[in-house]
Amino acid sequence: MSLAPDHAPTMARKGLAERLAPWAPVLLVPVMVLLGYLAIPATSSWLTLTVSGLAMGMMIFIMASGMTLVFGLMDVINFGHGAFVSIGAFVGVSVLIWLGGMAGAPSLVLNLLAMGAAAIAAMVVTGGVGWAFEKVIVKPVYGAHLKQILVTMGGLIVIEQLIVVIWGPEEIFIRRPETLQGGLTFAGAAIEKYRLLAVGVGLVLFLAMRFVLRRTKIGLIVRAGVENGEMVEALGYRLRLVFVGVFIAGSALAGLGGVMWGMYQELITAHMGQEVMILIFIVVIIGGLGSVEGCFIGALLVGLLQNYIAFLEPKVALISNIGLMVAILMWRPMGMIPVVKAK
Amino acid sequence: MSDPILRLEGVQTDIAQYHILQGVDLDVPRGKVTMLLGRNGVGKTTTLRTIMGHWRAKAGRITFDGADITARPTPAIARSGIGFVPENMGIFGDLTVEENMVLAAVSGRIDPARRDWIFEAFPPLRTFWKGPAGTLSGGQKQMLSIARAMIEERKLYLIDEPTKGLAPAIVTTMARALRELKEAGASILLVEQNFAVARALGDLVAVMDDGRVIWTGEMAELAGDAGLQERLMGLSMEGGH
Repeated sequence: MSLAPDHAPTMARKGLAERLAPWAPVLLVPVMVLLGYLAIPATSSWLTLTVSGLAMGMMIFIMASGMTLVFGLMDVINFGHGAFVSIGAFVGVSVLIWLGGMAGAPSLVLNLLAMGAAAIAAMVVTGGVGWAFEKVIVKPVYGAHLKQILVTMGGLIVIEQLIVVIWGPEEIFIRRPETLQGGLTFAGAAIEKYRLLAVGVGLVLFLAMRFVLRRTKIGLIVRAGVENGEMVEALGYRLRLVFVGVFIAGSALAGLGGVMWGMYQELITAHMGQEVMILIFIVVIIGGLGSVEGCFIGALLVGLLQNYIAFLEPKVALISNIGLMVAILMWRPMGMIPVVKAK
Repeated sequence: MSDPILRLEGVQTDIAQYHILQGVDLDVPRGKVTMLLGRNGVGKTTTLRTIMGHWRAKAGRITFDGADITARPTPAIARSGIGFVPENMGIFGDLTVEENMVLAAVSGRIDPARRDWIFEAFPPLRTFWKGPAGTLSGGQKQMLSIARAMIEERKLYLIDEPTKGLAPAIVTTMARALRELKEAGASILLVEQNFAVARALGDLVAVMDDGRVIWTGEMAELAGDAGLQERLMGLSMEGGH
Protein backbone atom coordinates (compact mmCIF):
# COMPACT_ATOMS: atom_id res chain seq x y z
CA MET A 1 0.00 0.00 0.00
CA SER A 2 1.36 3.38 -0.90
CA LEU A 3 0.92 6.50 1.16
CA ALA A 4 -0.24 9.74 -0.32
CA PRO A 5 2.51 12.40 -0.27
CA ASP A 6 2.31 15.09 2.39
CA HIS A 7 0.02 17.83 1.27
CA ALA A 8 0.02 21.11 3.15
CA PRO A 9 -1.71 23.78 1.11
CA THR A 10 -1.18 27.38 2.22
CA MET A 11 -3.26 30.48 1.63
CA ALA A 12 -1.13 33.12 -0.07
CA ARG A 13 -2.22 36.74 -0.23
CA LYS A 14 -2.22 38.12 -3.75
CA GLY A 15 0.34 40.79 -4.60
CA LEU A 16 -0.70 44.44 -4.81
CA ALA A 17 -0.54 44.51 -8.61
CA GLU A 18 -2.78 41.45 -8.85
CA ARG A 19 -5.26 42.91 -6.37
CA LEU A 20 -5.41 46.20 -8.25
CA ALA A 21 -5.77 44.58 -11.70
CA PRO A 22 -9.60 44.40 -11.70
CA TRP A 23 -9.70 48.09 -10.74
CA ALA A 24 -7.27 49.19 -13.44
CA PRO A 25 -10.00 50.25 -15.91
CA VAL A 26 -11.69 52.36 -13.21
CA LEU A 27 -8.37 54.06 -12.50
CA LEU A 28 -8.00 54.97 -16.16
CA VAL A 29 -10.54 57.79 -15.84
CA PRO A 30 -8.69 59.70 -13.07
CA VAL A 31 -5.42 58.95 -14.85
CA MET A 32 -6.83 60.49 -18.04
CA VAL A 33 -8.03 63.56 -16.09
CA LEU A 34 -4.60 63.87 -14.47
CA LEU A 35 -2.82 63.59 -17.82
CA GLY A 36 -5.13 66.28 -19.17
CA TYR A 37 -4.23 68.48 -16.22
CA LEU A 38 -0.51 68.01 -16.88
CA ALA A 39 -0.83 68.57 -20.62
CA ILE A 40 -3.15 71.58 -20.63
CA PRO A 41 -1.36 74.72 -19.52
CA ALA A 42 -4.28 76.69 -18.02
CA THR A 43 -6.26 75.14 -15.17
CA SER A 44 -9.42 76.96 -16.24
CA SER A 45 -9.20 75.46 -19.74
CA TRP A 46 -8.58 72.03 -18.26
CA LEU A 47 -11.63 72.35 -16.00
CA THR A 48 -13.84 73.46 -18.89
CA LEU A 49 -12.63 70.63 -21.09
CA THR A 50 -12.98 68.06 -18.31
CA VAL A 51 -16.62 68.97 -17.64
CA SER A 52 -17.26 69.01 -21.37
CA GLY A 53 -15.60 65.61 -21.77
CA LEU A 54 -17.55 64.11 -18.87
CA ALA A 55 -20.83 65.49 -20.29
CA MET A 56 -20.07 64.08 -23.71
CA GLY A 57 -19.09 60.75 -22.16
CA MET A 58 -22.29 60.56 -20.14
CA MET A 59 -24.42 61.17 -23.22
CA ILE A 60 -22.54 58.53 -25.19
CA PHE A 61 -23.01 56.14 -22.28
CA ILE A 62 -26.76 56.75 -22.26
CA MET A 63 -26.89 55.97 -25.98
CA ALA A 64 -24.54 52.98 -25.83
CA SER A 65 -25.66 51.18 -22.67
CA GLY A 66 -28.67 49.51 -24.27
CA MET A 67 -26.64 48.32 -27.19
CA THR A 68 -24.03 46.61 -25.06
CA LEU A 69 -26.70 44.74 -23.08
CA VAL A 70 -28.52 43.70 -26.24
CA PHE A 71 -25.29 42.29 -27.61
CA GLY A 72 -24.39 40.60 -24.35
CA LEU A 73 -27.80 38.97 -23.89
CA MET A 74 -28.53 37.64 -27.34
CA ASP A 75 -25.38 38.18 -29.40
CA VAL A 76 -27.30 40.62 -31.55
CA ILE A 77 -25.24 43.21 -33.42
CA ASN A 78 -27.66 46.06 -34.00
CA PHE A 79 -26.31 48.53 -36.52
CA GLY A 80 -29.72 50.18 -36.46
CA HIS A 81 -29.27 51.42 -32.89
CA GLY A 82 -28.42 54.89 -34.23
CA ALA A 83 -31.93 55.16 -35.65
CA PHE A 84 -33.32 55.38 -32.12
CA VAL A 85 -30.93 58.24 -31.38
CA SER A 86 -32.25 60.19 -34.39
CA ILE A 87 -35.90 59.41 -33.64
CA GLY A 88 -35.45 60.41 -30.01
CA ALA A 89 -33.88 63.70 -31.00
CA PHE A 90 -36.65 64.59 -33.47
CA VAL A 91 -39.48 63.58 -31.15
CA GLY A 92 -37.92 65.37 -28.18
CA VAL A 93 -37.19 68.53 -30.11
CA SER A 94 -40.72 68.50 -31.56
CA VAL A 95 -42.12 68.37 -28.03
CA LEU A 96 -39.81 71.19 -26.95
CA ILE A 97 -40.96 73.32 -29.89
CA TRP A 98 -44.57 72.50 -29.02
CA LEU A 99 -43.87 73.50 -25.41
CA GLY A 100 -42.11 76.67 -26.57
CA GLY A 101 -43.76 78.74 -23.85
CA MET A 102 -42.36 76.57 -21.07
CA ALA A 103 -38.96 76.10 -22.71
CA GLY A 104 -38.58 79.83 -23.35
CA ALA A 105 -39.73 80.98 -19.90
CA PRO A 106 -37.02 82.31 -17.57
CA SER A 107 -37.89 79.68 -14.98
CA LEU A 108 -35.66 76.70 -14.24
CA VAL A 109 -38.63 74.62 -13.06
CA LEU A 110 -40.64 75.25 -16.24
CA ASN A 111 -37.56 74.61 -18.38
CA LEU A 112 -36.81 71.32 -16.63
CA LEU A 113 -40.48 70.31 -16.95
CA ALA A 114 -40.30 70.98 -20.69
CA MET A 115 -37.05 68.99 -20.95
CA GLY A 116 -38.57 66.20 -18.90
CA ALA A 117 -41.64 66.04 -21.12
CA ALA A 118 -39.40 65.97 -24.21
CA ALA A 119 -37.29 63.20 -22.71
CA ILE A 120 -40.31 61.10 -21.72
CA ALA A 121 -41.93 61.51 -25.15
CA ALA A 122 -38.67 60.55 -26.86
CA MET A 123 -38.27 57.48 -24.66
CA VAL A 124 -41.86 56.32 -25.14
CA VAL A 125 -41.70 56.68 -28.92
CA THR A 126 -38.25 55.12 -29.31
CA GLY A 127 -39.22 52.33 -26.90
CA GLY A 128 -42.23 51.58 -29.10
CA VAL A 129 -40.19 51.76 -32.29
CA GLY A 130 -37.59 49.53 -30.63
CA TRP A 131 -40.26 46.94 -29.85
CA ALA A 132 -41.42 46.92 -33.48
CA PHE A 133 -37.82 46.91 -34.75
CA GLU A 134 -37.00 43.85 -32.65
CA LYS A 135 -40.13 42.01 -33.72
CA VAL A 136 -39.91 42.76 -37.44
CA ILE A 137 -36.19 43.12 -38.13
CA VAL A 138 -34.10 41.48 -35.41
CA LYS A 139 -36.14 38.43 -34.39
CA PRO A 140 -35.94 36.66 -37.78
CA VAL A 141 -32.14 36.83 -37.80
CA TYR A 142 -31.17 35.53 -34.36
CA GLY A 143 -27.85 33.72 -34.48
CA ALA A 144 -26.90 35.00 -37.94
CA HIS A 145 -24.44 37.84 -37.47
CA LEU A 146 -23.94 38.73 -41.12
CA LYS A 147 -27.68 38.91 -41.71
CA GLN A 148 -28.04 41.00 -38.54
CA ILE A 149 -25.54 43.54 -39.83
CA LEU A 150 -27.21 43.77 -43.23
CA VAL A 151 -30.79 43.87 -42.04
CA THR A 152 -30.28 46.26 -39.12
CA MET A 153 -28.26 48.57 -41.38
CA GLY A 154 -31.20 48.45 -43.79
CA GLY A 155 -33.55 49.25 -40.93
CA LEU A 156 -31.43 52.28 -40.03
CA ILE A 157 -31.66 53.61 -43.60
CA VAL A 158 -35.42 53.08 -43.75
CA ILE A 159 -35.97 54.87 -40.42
CA GLU A 160 -33.74 57.77 -41.45
CA GLN A 161 -35.77 58.17 -44.61
CA LEU A 162 -38.99 58.02 -42.59
CA ILE A 163 -37.64 60.87 -40.46
CA VAL A 164 -37.01 62.85 -43.64
CA VAL A 165 -40.56 62.11 -44.79
CA ILE A 166 -42.09 63.21 -41.46
CA TRP A 167 -39.86 66.15 -40.46
CA GLY A 168 -38.41 67.15 -43.85
CA PRO A 169 -34.86 66.92 -45.20
CA GLU A 170 -33.53 70.07 -43.54
CA GLU A 171 -31.46 70.04 -40.38
CA ILE A 172 -33.18 71.68 -37.44
CA PHE A 173 -31.44 74.22 -35.23
CA ILE A 174 -32.69 74.24 -31.67
CA ARG A 175 -32.16 76.61 -28.79
CA ARG A 176 -31.74 75.15 -25.35
CA PRO A 177 -34.35 76.13 -22.75
CA GLU A 178 -33.81 79.63 -21.42
CA THR A 179 -32.18 78.89 -18.06
CA LEU A 180 -29.99 76.13 -19.50
CA GLN A 181 -28.28 78.50 -21.88
CA GLY A 182 -24.97 80.09 -21.07
CA GLY A 183 -22.61 79.01 -18.36
CA LEU A 184 -21.30 79.42 -14.88
CA THR A 185 -17.87 80.62 -13.94
CA PHE A 186 -15.99 78.44 -11.49
CA ALA A 187 -12.31 78.89 -10.63
CA GLY A 188 -11.95 81.05 -13.69
CA ALA A 189 -13.40 78.36 -15.94
CA ALA A 190 -16.54 78.78 -18.03
CA ILE A 191 -18.75 75.75 -17.56
CA GLU A 192 -21.91 75.41 -19.62
CA LYS A 193 -24.98 74.76 -17.49
CA TYR A 194 -26.31 72.21 -19.96
CA ARG A 195 -23.15 70.15 -19.63
CA LEU A 196 -23.58 70.01 -15.87
CA LEU A 197 -27.16 68.82 -16.42
CA ALA A 198 -25.88 66.14 -18.84
CA VAL A 199 -23.31 64.95 -16.27
CA GLY A 200 -26.01 64.79 -13.60
CA VAL A 201 -28.49 62.90 -15.76
CA GLY A 202 -25.82 60.46 -16.96
CA LEU A 203 -24.62 59.78 -13.44
CA VAL A 204 -28.14 59.22 -12.10
CA LEU A 205 -28.92 56.86 -14.97
CA PHE A 206 -25.71 54.90 -14.46
CA LEU A 207 -26.41 54.51 -10.75
CA ALA A 208 -30.02 53.53 -11.43
CA MET A 209 -28.92 50.98 -13.99
CA ARG A 210 -26.35 49.57 -11.60
CA PHE A 211 -28.97 49.35 -8.87
CA VAL A 212 -31.36 47.47 -11.14
CA LEU A 213 -28.65 45.13 -12.39
CA ARG A 214 -27.14 44.45 -8.94
CA ARG A 215 -30.09 44.61 -6.58
CA THR A 216 -33.14 43.29 -8.38
CA LYS A 217 -34.18 39.86 -9.60
CA ILE A 218 -34.61 41.10 -13.15
CA GLY A 219 -31.09 42.53 -12.97
CA LEU A 220 -29.81 39.15 -11.80
CA ILE A 221 -31.51 37.47 -14.74
CA VAL A 222 -30.02 39.98 -17.19
CA ARG A 223 -26.51 39.59 -15.76
CA ALA A 224 -26.78 35.82 -15.74
CA GLY A 225 -28.27 35.86 -19.23
CA VAL A 226 -25.34 37.86 -20.59
CA GLU A 227 -23.05 35.13 -19.25
CA ASN A 228 -25.01 31.97 -20.06
CA GLY A 229 -28.46 32.41 -21.57
CA GLU A 230 -29.06 28.71 -22.02
CA MET A 231 -28.64 28.04 -18.30
CA VAL A 232 -30.95 30.92 -17.39
CA GLU A 233 -33.63 29.27 -19.51
CA ALA A 234 -32.90 25.91 -17.88
CA LEU A 235 -33.68 27.55 -14.54
CA GLY A 236 -37.12 28.48 -15.86
CA TYR A 237 -36.77 32.08 -17.02
CA ARG A 238 -38.04 33.21 -20.41
CA LEU A 239 -34.93 34.93 -21.66
CA ARG A 240 -36.60 35.93 -24.90
CA LEU A 241 -39.05 38.13 -22.96
CA VAL A 242 -36.21 39.60 -20.92
CA PHE A 243 -34.34 40.33 -24.11
CA VAL A 244 -37.33 42.13 -25.65
CA GLY A 245 -37.61 44.19 -22.46
CA VAL A 246 -33.90 45.07 -22.57
CA PHE A 247 -34.18 45.92 -26.27
CA ILE A 248 -37.08 48.27 -25.58
CA ALA A 249 -35.27 49.86 -22.61
CA GLY A 250 -32.06 50.18 -24.65
CA SER A 251 -33.97 51.85 -27.49
CA ALA A 252 -35.65 54.22 -25.04
CA LEU A 253 -32.27 55.15 -23.53
CA ALA A 254 -30.88 55.75 -27.02
CA GLY A 255 -33.85 58.02 -27.62
CA LEU A 256 -33.12 59.92 -24.41
CA GLY A 257 -29.47 60.16 -25.44
CA GLY A 258 -30.63 61.48 -28.81
CA VAL A 259 -32.58 64.36 -27.24
CA MET A 260 -29.64 65.23 -25.00
CA TRP A 261 -27.11 64.93 -27.81
CA GLY A 262 -29.28 67.10 -30.08
CA MET A 263 -29.61 69.78 -27.40
CA TYR A 264 -25.87 69.53 -26.75
CA GLN A 265 -25.07 70.23 -30.39
CA GLU A 266 -28.11 72.53 -30.82
CA LEU A 267 -28.64 70.89 -34.17
CA ILE A 268 -30.41 67.72 -35.25
CA THR A 269 -30.36 65.81 -38.53
CA ALA A 270 -31.80 62.49 -39.65
CA HIS A 271 -28.25 61.13 -39.89
CA MET A 272 -27.08 62.18 -36.43
CA GLY A 273 -27.63 58.68 -35.05
CA GLN A 274 -25.55 57.13 -37.79
CA GLU A 275 -22.76 59.61 -37.13
CA VAL A 276 -22.65 58.96 -33.41
CA MET A 277 -22.71 55.17 -33.96
CA ILE A 278 -18.96 55.19 -34.50
CA LEU A 279 -18.43 56.52 -30.99
CA ILE A 280 -21.03 54.11 -29.62
CA PHE A 281 -19.27 51.15 -31.20
CA ILE A 282 -15.90 52.24 -29.86
CA VAL A 283 -17.33 52.58 -26.36
CA VAL A 284 -19.12 49.22 -26.46
CA ILE A 285 -16.04 47.44 -27.79
CA ILE A 286 -13.46 48.94 -25.43
CA GLY A 287 -15.80 48.54 -22.46
CA GLY A 288 -16.23 44.81 -23.10
CA LEU A 289 -19.26 43.58 -25.02
CA GLY A 290 -22.15 43.18 -22.59
CA SER A 291 -20.58 45.13 -19.70
CA VAL A 292 -22.49 48.20 -18.49
CA GLU A 293 -19.65 49.26 -16.17
CA GLY A 294 -17.13 48.88 -19.00
CA CYS A 295 -19.40 50.89 -21.28
CA PHE A 296 -19.58 53.68 -18.68
CA ILE A 297 -15.81 53.87 -18.22
CA GLY A 298 -15.24 53.62 -21.97
CA ALA A 299 -17.69 56.45 -22.64
CA LEU A 300 -15.98 58.73 -20.13
CA LEU A 301 -12.55 57.96 -21.61
CA VAL A 302 -13.79 58.68 -25.13
CA GLY A 303 -15.44 61.95 -24.08
CA LEU A 304 -12.43 63.19 -22.11
CA LEU A 305 -9.85 62.19 -24.71
CA GLN A 306 -11.77 63.75 -27.57
CA ASN A 307 -12.06 67.08 -25.73
CA TYR A 308 -8.45 67.17 -24.53
CA ILE A 309 -7.01 66.23 -27.92
CA ALA A 310 -9.30 68.63 -29.79
CA PHE A 311 -7.84 71.41 -27.62
CA LEU A 312 -4.22 70.29 -27.76
CA GLU A 313 -3.93 69.00 -31.30
CA PRO A 314 -7.15 69.50 -33.26
CA LYS A 315 -5.98 67.58 -36.32
CA VAL A 316 -5.37 64.45 -34.23
CA ALA A 317 -8.81 64.62 -32.61
CA LEU A 318 -10.43 62.75 -35.49
CA ILE A 319 -8.36 59.65 -34.91
CA SER A 320 -7.82 59.93 -31.16
CA ASN A 321 -10.66 57.57 -30.27
CA ILE A 322 -9.56 54.98 -32.78
CA GLY A 323 -6.11 55.23 -31.18
CA LEU A 324 -7.68 54.76 -27.75
CA MET A 325 -9.52 51.68 -28.99
CA VAL A 326 -6.36 50.18 -30.46
CA ALA A 327 -4.41 50.82 -27.25
CA ILE A 328 -7.08 49.33 -25.00
CA LEU A 329 -7.61 46.28 -27.17
CA MET A 330 -3.87 45.64 -27.23
CA TRP A 331 -3.93 45.76 -23.43
CA ARG A 332 -7.20 43.85 -22.98
CA PRO A 333 -8.35 42.19 -26.22
CA MET A 334 -11.81 41.43 -24.81
CA GLY A 335 -12.35 45.01 -23.59
CA MET A 336 -11.70 46.62 -20.21
CA ILE A 337 -14.30 44.68 -18.25
CA PRO A 338 -14.87 41.56 -20.32
CA VAL A 339 -17.96 39.45 -19.82
CA VAL A 340 -16.93 35.81 -19.81
CA LYS A 341 -19.55 33.98 -21.79
CA ALA A 342 -20.23 30.28 -21.38
CA LYS A 343 -19.05 28.13 -24.26
CA MET B 1 -45.33 -0.21 -11.73
CA SER B 2 -46.86 3.24 -11.39
CA ASP B 3 -46.69 5.73 -14.23
CA PRO B 4 -43.11 6.84 -14.81
CA ILE B 5 -42.36 10.50 -14.07
CA LEU B 6 -40.56 10.74 -17.42
CA ARG B 7 -41.02 8.71 -20.58
CA LEU B 8 -39.12 8.95 -23.84
CA GLU B 9 -40.56 7.15 -26.84
CA GLY B 10 -38.56 6.85 -30.04
CA VAL B 11 -36.79 10.17 -29.48
CA GLN B 12 -34.50 11.23 -32.29
CA THR B 13 -32.24 14.30 -32.25
CA ASP B 14 -29.93 15.72 -34.87
CA ILE B 15 -27.11 18.14 -34.11
CA ALA B 16 -26.07 19.89 -37.30
CA GLN B 17 -25.61 17.08 -39.84
CA TYR B 18 -25.16 14.38 -37.20
CA HIS B 19 -27.95 11.98 -36.26
CA ILE B 20 -27.16 11.60 -32.56
CA LEU B 21 -30.24 10.12 -30.92
CA GLN B 22 -31.66 7.39 -33.11
CA GLY B 23 -34.80 6.43 -31.24
CA VAL B 24 -34.37 6.56 -27.48
CA ASP B 25 -36.96 4.70 -25.41
CA LEU B 26 -36.65 5.24 -21.69
CA ASP B 27 -38.84 5.23 -18.59
CA VAL B 28 -37.73 7.03 -15.42
CA PRO B 29 -39.82 5.85 -12.45
CA ARG B 30 -40.88 8.06 -9.57
CA GLY B 31 -38.78 8.13 -6.41
CA LYS B 32 -35.89 6.14 -7.89
CA VAL B 33 -32.43 6.87 -9.19
CA THR B 34 -32.06 5.81 -12.80
CA MET B 35 -28.50 5.70 -14.06
CA LEU B 36 -27.87 6.46 -17.71
CA LEU B 37 -24.67 4.67 -18.63
CA GLY B 38 -22.67 4.10 -21.76
CA ARG B 39 -19.41 4.90 -23.45
CA ASN B 40 -18.43 8.43 -24.40
CA GLY B 41 -20.30 9.82 -27.37
CA VAL B 42 -23.26 7.45 -27.30
CA GLY B 43 -25.81 10.23 -26.67
CA LYS B 44 -26.24 10.48 -22.88
CA THR B 45 -25.73 14.24 -22.66
CA THR B 46 -27.78 14.76 -25.82
CA THR B 47 -30.62 12.82 -24.20
CA LEU B 48 -30.65 15.13 -21.18
CA ARG B 49 -30.37 18.24 -23.33
CA THR B 50 -33.19 17.03 -25.55
CA ILE B 51 -35.40 16.46 -22.50
CA MET B 52 -34.63 20.04 -21.41
CA GLY B 53 -35.46 21.37 -24.87
CA HIS B 54 -31.96 22.75 -25.51
CA TRP B 55 -31.96 20.56 -28.58
CA ARG B 56 -35.24 19.76 -30.25
CA ALA B 57 -36.30 16.18 -30.85
CA LYS B 58 -37.01 15.79 -34.55
CA ALA B 59 -39.09 12.69 -33.90
CA GLY B 60 -40.56 10.82 -30.95
CA ARG B 61 -42.33 11.96 -27.81
CA ILE B 62 -41.23 13.06 -24.34
CA THR B 63 -43.82 12.84 -21.57
CA PHE B 64 -43.15 14.38 -18.16
CA ASP B 65 -45.56 13.88 -15.27
CA GLY B 66 -48.29 12.96 -17.73
CA ALA B 67 -47.84 15.96 -20.06
CA ASP B 68 -46.24 16.00 -23.50
CA ILE B 69 -43.24 18.33 -23.26
CA THR B 70 -41.61 17.45 -26.58
CA ALA B 71 -42.23 20.82 -28.19
CA ARG B 72 -42.29 22.98 -25.07
CA PRO B 73 -39.70 25.76 -24.68
CA THR B 74 -36.93 25.17 -22.15
CA PRO B 75 -38.23 27.60 -19.48
CA ALA B 76 -41.64 25.90 -19.51
CA ILE B 77 -40.00 22.48 -19.15
CA ALA B 78 -37.91 23.73 -16.22
CA ARG B 79 -40.94 25.31 -14.56
CA SER B 80 -42.90 22.11 -14.84
CA GLY B 81 -40.57 20.77 -12.13
CA ILE B 82 -37.25 19.64 -13.59
CA GLY B 83 -33.94 20.61 -11.99
CA PHE B 84 -31.07 20.37 -14.44
CA VAL B 85 -27.36 20.08 -13.67
CA PRO B 86 -25.52 20.30 -16.99
CA GLU B 87 -22.21 18.66 -17.76
CA ASN B 88 -20.44 22.04 -17.89
CA MET B 89 -22.08 23.03 -14.56
CA GLY B 90 -23.57 26.26 -15.97
CA ILE B 91 -22.31 28.40 -13.10
CA PHE B 92 -22.70 32.17 -13.43
CA GLY B 93 -19.17 33.20 -12.54
CA ASP B 94 -19.87 36.94 -12.31
CA LEU B 95 -22.64 36.35 -9.76
CA THR B 96 -22.03 35.46 -6.12
CA VAL B 97 -22.84 32.01 -4.78
CA GLU B 98 -25.90 33.52 -3.09
CA GLU B 99 -27.05 35.19 -6.32
CA ASN B 100 -26.68 31.89 -8.18
CA MET B 101 -28.92 30.26 -5.60
CA VAL B 102 -31.45 33.10 -5.55
CA LEU B 103 -31.75 32.81 -9.31
CA ALA B 104 -32.33 29.06 -9.04
CA ALA B 105 -35.15 29.60 -6.54
CA VAL B 106 -37.81 30.31 -9.13
CA SER B 107 -40.42 30.87 -6.42
CA GLY B 108 -38.46 33.99 -5.49
CA ARG B 109 -37.25 33.05 -2.02
CA ILE B 110 -34.83 30.61 -0.51
CA ASP B 111 -36.29 28.37 2.18
CA PRO B 112 -33.86 28.72 5.15
CA ALA B 113 -34.27 25.06 6.14
CA ARG B 114 -33.46 23.94 2.63
CA ARG B 115 -30.47 26.30 2.53
CA ASP B 116 -29.16 24.87 5.82
CA TRP B 117 -29.55 21.36 4.47
CA ILE B 118 -27.47 22.39 1.45
CA PHE B 119 -24.86 24.00 3.69
CA GLU B 120 -24.58 20.74 5.59
CA ALA B 121 -24.18 18.77 2.39
CA PHE B 122 -21.75 21.25 0.84
CA PRO B 123 -19.96 23.25 3.61
CA PRO B 124 -17.80 25.33 1.19
CA LEU B 125 -20.94 27.02 -0.11
CA ARG B 126 -21.56 28.51 3.34
CA THR B 127 -17.97 29.77 3.45
CA PHE B 128 -18.10 31.40 0.01
CA TRP B 129 -21.78 32.42 0.12
CA LYS B 130 -21.07 36.09 -0.58
CA GLY B 131 -18.12 35.51 -2.90
CA PRO B 132 -18.11 35.43 -6.70
CA ALA B 133 -18.87 31.96 -8.02
CA GLY B 134 -16.23 32.37 -10.70
CA THR B 135 -13.46 32.09 -8.10
CA LEU B 136 -14.62 28.73 -6.72
CA SER B 137 -12.60 25.61 -7.43
CA GLY B 138 -13.89 23.02 -9.90
CA GLY B 139 -15.29 20.83 -7.13
CA GLN B 140 -16.96 23.76 -5.39
CA LYS B 141 -18.53 24.86 -8.67
CA GLN B 142 -19.94 21.37 -9.11
CA MET B 143 -21.34 21.54 -5.56
CA LEU B 144 -22.97 24.86 -6.41
CA SER B 145 -24.37 23.44 -9.62
CA ILE B 146 -26.05 20.57 -7.77
CA ALA B 147 -27.08 22.78 -4.85
CA ARG B 148 -28.78 25.10 -7.33
CA ALA B 149 -30.94 22.26 -8.55
CA MET B 150 -31.66 21.22 -4.95
CA ILE B 151 -32.61 24.67 -3.66
CA GLU B 152 -36.26 23.90 -4.36
CA GLU B 153 -38.00 20.58 -4.42
CA ARG B 154 -38.25 19.35 -8.02
CA LYS B 155 -40.28 16.52 -9.40
CA LEU B 156 -37.25 15.26 -11.31
CA TYR B 157 -33.52 15.94 -11.30
CA LEU B 158 -31.46 15.54 -14.47
CA ILE B 159 -27.81 15.40 -13.47
CA ASP B 160 -25.02 15.08 -16.01
CA GLU B 161 -21.71 13.63 -14.81
CA PRO B 162 -21.53 15.32 -11.40
CA THR B 163 -18.22 13.69 -10.43
CA LYS B 164 -16.37 14.24 -13.69
CA GLY B 165 -12.80 15.35 -13.11
CA LEU B 166 -13.20 15.77 -9.35
CA ALA B 167 -10.81 14.75 -6.59
CA PRO B 168 -11.80 11.58 -4.68
CA ALA B 169 -12.64 13.51 -1.51
CA ILE B 170 -15.06 15.75 -3.42
CA VAL B 171 -16.56 12.74 -5.21
CA THR B 172 -17.38 11.32 -1.77
CA THR B 173 -19.06 14.60 -0.73
CA MET B 174 -21.01 14.65 -3.97
CA ALA B 175 -22.12 11.04 -3.65
CA ARG B 176 -23.22 11.63 -0.05
CA ALA B 177 -25.33 14.62 -1.11
CA LEU B 178 -26.94 12.69 -3.94
CA ARG B 179 -27.67 9.82 -1.58
CA GLU B 180 -29.44 12.25 0.77
CA LEU B 181 -31.46 13.51 -2.16
CA LYS B 182 -32.35 9.94 -3.07
CA GLU B 183 -33.33 9.12 0.52
CA ALA B 184 -35.62 12.14 0.50
CA GLY B 185 -37.57 10.35 -2.23
CA ALA B 186 -36.40 12.32 -5.26
CA SER B 187 -36.69 11.04 -8.80
CA ILE B 188 -33.31 11.30 -10.48
CA LEU B 189 -31.95 10.57 -13.94
CA LEU B 190 -28.20 10.54 -13.50
CA VAL B 191 -25.48 10.28 -16.12
CA GLU B 192 -22.35 8.99 -14.41
CA GLN B 193 -19.05 7.56 -15.63
CA ASN B 194 -17.78 6.67 -12.15
CA PHE B 195 -19.06 3.13 -11.74
CA ALA B 196 -18.51 3.01 -7.99
CA VAL B 197 -20.78 6.03 -7.60
CA ALA B 198 -23.22 4.62 -10.13
CA ARG B 199 -23.43 1.31 -8.30
CA ALA B 200 -23.82 2.98 -4.91
CA LEU B 201 -26.63 5.31 -6.00
CA GLY B 202 -28.49 3.64 -8.81
CA ASP B 203 -31.71 1.69 -8.45
CA LEU B 204 -32.17 1.17 -12.16
CA VAL B 205 -29.90 1.34 -15.15
CA ALA B 206 -30.34 2.26 -18.78
CA VAL B 207 -27.34 1.57 -20.99
CA MET B 208 -26.98 3.52 -24.22
CA ASP B 209 -25.07 2.75 -27.36
CA ASP B 210 -25.18 4.42 -30.78
CA GLY B 211 -27.94 6.82 -29.83
CA ARG B 212 -30.30 4.20 -28.42
CA VAL B 213 -31.04 2.59 -25.06
CA ILE B 214 -29.87 -0.97 -25.54
CA TRP B 215 -30.53 -2.40 -22.09
CA THR B 216 -32.57 -1.51 -19.03
CA GLY B 217 -32.79 -3.29 -15.71
CA GLU B 218 -31.98 -3.27 -12.03
CA MET B 219 -28.60 -1.94 -10.96
CA ALA B 220 -28.09 -5.04 -8.83
CA GLU B 221 -28.47 -7.21 -11.91
CA LEU B 222 -25.87 -5.30 -13.92
CA ALA B 223 -23.51 -4.90 -10.97
CA GLY B 224 -23.56 -8.63 -10.33
CA ASP B 225 -22.91 -9.74 -13.89
CA ALA B 226 -19.43 -8.94 -15.17
CA GLY B 227 -20.18 -10.59 -18.50
CA LEU B 228 -23.20 -8.35 -19.03
CA GLN B 229 -21.16 -5.27 -18.20
CA GLU B 230 -18.47 -6.36 -20.65
CA ARG B 231 -21.04 -6.95 -23.35
CA LEU B 232 -22.95 -3.70 -22.83
CA MET B 233 -20.18 -1.26 -22.08
CA GLY B 234 -16.98 -2.99 -23.07
CA LEU B 235 -15.67 -3.00 -19.50
CA SER B 236 -16.33 -4.46 -16.13
CA MET B 237 -17.52 -2.55 -13.06
CA GLU B 238 -15.74 -5.00 -10.78
CA GLY B 239 -13.28 -3.03 -8.71
CA GLY B 240 -14.61 0.14 -10.31
CA HIS B 241 -13.38 3.36 -8.82
